[in-house]
Amino acid sequence: MSKFSIRNNILLIAAAVLLSALPLFMSHHFSEGNAAFSGTDDQAEAAIQEINPDYKPWFQSFWEPPSSEIESLLFALQATLGAGFIGYYIGQKRKRSNPLDTKLGKEPSVQ
Amino acid sequence: MHIMEGFLPATHAAAWTAASAPFVVHGVRSIQKTVKENPEAKMLLGVSGAFSFVLSALKLPSVTGSSSHPTGAGLGAILFRPTVMSALGTIVLLFQALLLAHGGITTLGANVFSMAVVGPFVAYGIYRLGQRLNIPTTVSVFLAAALADLSTYVTTSVQLALAFPDPVGGFMASFVKFSTIFAVTQIPLAISEGFITVVIFNTLAKYSGHELSLLNVFHKKEVKA
Repeated sequence: MSKFSIRNNILLIAAAVLLSALPLFMSHHFSEGNAAFSGTDDQAEAAIQEINPDYKPWFQSFWEPPSSEIESLLFALQATLGAGFIGYYIGQKRKRSNPLDTKLGKEPSVQ
Repeated sequence: MHIMEGFLPATHAAAWTAASAPFVVHGVRSIQKTVKENPEAKMLLGVSGAFSFVLSALKLPSVTGSSSHPTGAGLGAILFRPTVMSALGTIVLLFQALLLAHGGITTLGANVFSMAVVGPFVAYGIYRLGQRLNIPTTVSVFLAAALADLSTYVTTSVQLALAFPDPVGGFMASFVKFSTIFAVTQIPLAISEGFITVVIFNTLAKYSGHELSLLNVFHKKEVKA
């Protein structure tokens, strides 16, 4: 598995990127006043109000990001924290498993 | 899949909180036990939580012209137990509810149930079934993660349809409406989540194979041997 794993991983990541990039180049009909690529969570909120126009949310968030820029910042922060931790972990593991790697290794490139 | 703050009637909010609580409690105990028996797994717990942190922060465009996000709940469920992910997923959802006003405290129970209970159990079930049927591990991981993602959004649609049945068509009409918003948009994202989970799983299998076997992740090999 490990022989092809890097190539496979790159292919899989490329496929995931494509799956997200393609919709941007497709033509969509943004009907019903939906903004382009609006979030499904917000659309569900709108659907609730359509089904039950009398429904009033009975609780408000304690704090809301003051703008969509700040919201994006916090989402980016969330992703960075996660990705940073994973990167750190794999880096540590790789460093430690290196001697073993060359022992079991595919083609020992040394000598 | 985040039901916004205050957008579930109080009785529903309470019921979903009650439904989720035992899974989260079990998950916390399970984490304590795992860390005690297997201290090396501590970092992998962090990785599982971190993975969900990353994926649930990414709002991706979909073919429907809407954006939604994956959940990242499949990985931790495969590596540990589904309830472990219930506990970790609760942390992710709390972070988003408090800092991002995404989801909420009143809807936390419902959101935990869809993302951190149903999703992980689907992932775990499919992965274990795949191992039993001797399906290649990579394929099992892909299916587990993708279907966990999708099942989370189907669950959200059910939750909303129960709370807001259509005045004419009732539960089913509402369910169709909400699942059109959520589930259809989610299909390509679920596939992406499957791919990315395979990537991280392959990487962990390569560098942390020892820990993964201690956690009995590779059931298949054990059955064979």
